[in-house]
Amino acid sequence: MTELIFFTNQVIISGLVLGCIYALGAIGITLIFGILRFAHFAHSELMTGGAFIAFLLASAFAAWGIVTPIPTGFVVLPIAMVLAAILALGIDKGFYAPLRKRGAKPVTLLIASIGVTLMIQGLIRLFFGAGSYSFFEHEPKEVFRFDMTGIGSTRPLVITEPQVLMILVTFVSVLALHFFLTRSRLGKAMRAMADNADLAQVSGINTALVVRVTWVIAGALACMAGTMLALDVTLKPDLAFNIILPIFAAAIVGGLGQAYGAIAGGLLIGFAETLAVFNWTMLLRPLNAILPDWMQLPATLALVPTEYKLTVAFLILVVTLLVRPTGIFKGASS
Amino acid sequence: MIQRSLTLFGGLFVLILLMGWVMGAPFTSSRLVEAAAYALIALGLNIQWGYGGLFNFGIMGFLMVGGAAVTFISYPVNPVFWGGEGPAMLGKALFAFAIGALLVLGARKADRIGITGKWKAALTVLAWFVAYVLYRSQLDPAAAYIESAAGGGWVGGLGGHPILGWIFGGVLAAGIAYVVGKICLGLRTDYLAIATIGISEIIRALIKNMDWLTRGTLTVSPIPWPTPLPQQLQAGGTSISESLLTARALYLLLALVVLGVVLWLISRAYAGPWGRMMRAIRDNHIAATSMGKNVTARQLEIFVFGSVLMGIGGAMLVSFVQIFDPSSYQPINHTFLIWVMVIVGGAGNNWGALFGAVLLWLIWVVSEPLSKAVFEFVSTWSTQFGWGAIPEIEARSAQMRVFVLGLVITIALRFAPRGLIPEVVKRES
Repeated sequence: MTELIFFTNQVIISGLVLGCIYALGAIGITLIFGILRFAHFAHSELMTGGAFIAFLLASAFAAWGIVTPIPTGFVVLPIAMVLAAILALGIDKGFYAPLRKRGAKPVTLLIASIGVTLMIQGLIRLFFGAGSYSFFEHEPKEVFRFDMTGIGSTRPLVITEPQVLMILVTFVSVLALHFFLTRSRLGKAMRAMADNADLAQVSGINTALVVRVTWVIAGALACMAGTMLALDVTLKPDLAFNIILPIFAAAIVGGLGQAYGAIAGGLLIGFAETLAVFNWTMLLRPLNAILPDWMQLPATLALVPTEYKLTVAFLILVVTLLVRPTGIFKGASS
Repeated sequence: MIQRSLTLFGGLFVLILLMGWVMGAPFTSSRLVEAAAYALIALGLNIQWGYGGLFNFGIMGFLMVGGAAVTFISYPVNPVFWGGEGPAMLGKALFAFAIGALLVLGARKADRIGITGKWKAALTVLAWFVAYVLYRSQLDPAAAYIESAAGGGWVGGLGGHPILGWIFGGVLAAGIAYVVGKICLGLRTDYLAIATIGISEIIRALIKNMDWLTRGTLTVSPIPWPTPLPQQLQAGGTSISESLLTARALYLLLALVVLGVVLWLISRAYAGPWGRMMRAIRDNHIAATSMGKNVTARQLEIFVFGSVLMGIGGAMLVSFVQIFDPSSYQPINHTFLIWVMVIVGGAGNNWGALFGAVLLWLIWVVSEPLSKAVFEFVSTWSTQFGWGAIPEIEARSAQMRVFVLGLVITIALRFAPRGLIPEVVKRES
């Protein structure tokens, strides 16, 4: 049983946490792609920027002496999300809207988003340096250990408080997004515009409003994903820049433009990454008792070494593009 | 148009002279050699993006391949490795690799013996898996042995001439570009961008972690120069400052010769029927297909050509700085910087790409000392007002160049979307 609990700790929980973050990032990318038809690279910086906004708010709360029962990072999250949504709207107004008005090609917008990435990253590094920060300087990071001796395990089931909250918050926001997209008038307008922008416009949908709402949702979710990632690990200027590739992979694997696909893709990539670097000997060790001597399991039996974790997402991406270019849920074709 | 280019190049020349005057000749001469190498890389991207409309975001990977190639060819031989069992073990790993490749190829041809559909797909996946396990089972012990003291630590070099290394860098980059292009070139632009970024990340992960081949994060130095080093000139009796400048001037001359030959060749190609065909494919590939052009094959061709230049440029850079450090490669410094060079200079115009490369490289290296000066000025000013000084000026100004790069590209896209020296489209009336 110890082995199973170890597997749960190492794969199921961390895979789920990683998958949630990928999914939240990928939803924003896929919505922007669906509405505006370009791959928004600066999404990673929206995530990092959002995390830094939340960090500043949390530090302010700590300075004012406000003590909260749950980690302050989660308390300030709604305010940070509003600010990040305003930031996203501002970026669109300042950098992308003028290019769109000129009728620039999606490729130009992609390059512009790289310019935005560089500028935000430069600014973050200018103000915060290259070091790393922790949300848990003024409060302890609570770790829940569930005793599993009842089912014959010597190891406890370990999960941290931010991880529990993260999974809950992701679940709630995905549910909210689902109801928004399927029930509300604006959500339906968004889906119509993603399907066919011209048709949506002639049928009287306010496309400018839809674009604004898209940026608000994308910015807020990016802030949520960035803050939660920073709560799980540490906050640093290249926090999300390093995971933008798996996030894009999640969006493409799920089918670009498909919000549900992004969630499925995010979880798929998250679990694939943790499974690929998992040391299978730890799970299969009891087999050593039955196996003959020449078949004993080696000390490490991982599919890929940990250094190559990032390549897993990419391999899945390439295989998807080759086998089913539209992604799991039929998205925009390649 | 000609007048505009001449004015811009004249301005660039004045800027270089000014830089030489303010920052000193040794600093400026080093930056000029690097600028020449970057110009070669920018020309490579200009072929891919400007001529062919291909979205290559994996430049960093090709630069690393070029760097690793020149290290392997020109670094002195490691006798411990060649004397030990390393070569035999590597041979076995290579044999396992070949068997694995045969297995995969065999599985792909399984329809010849009546296995089709889902069974063939399953067989292919199985063949890939078996090949991977087979290869890893041979390579892992070989790598562990070579990295140990008995194996010599790493493979070492071949002790060849650095120019051979540059050529090998180009060849290796071409080989990788061929494979990458075969997989990715059918994709639409944004997918191609993400796929190439991914491939460059994989190349970086491999080169960084294959310690037995590249020494990974331990870095390799000193890598020899193709031209005499300053130390060799000093041994010949030249004074220190003079030898520095002469050696760099010789290196610069060599780089300029390579650059000139490349520029001449690709300009001729651009003006010829091949260039017209490429522009036709870039502007409307459907029309080009209907005219009987094999679009995929042509795009593969241009992807390989551009990558060759990137490989050579990457090799030149590594030779010049004499150290190969895989962890110093960053997407911002080695992919996005090149893109900004080509976009600002003018995609599709070789002189534009050249101009953009030199200008952006100078901006890139100058923005750090410049922002430091600005910060220090503001700092003394704010201290006088009693607001206190700016903390950590050194670290902060080092980060400013990323911001400046982003600012330059956004301004360029807004106000000069076709670049400073845009492509001239000739029309026969």
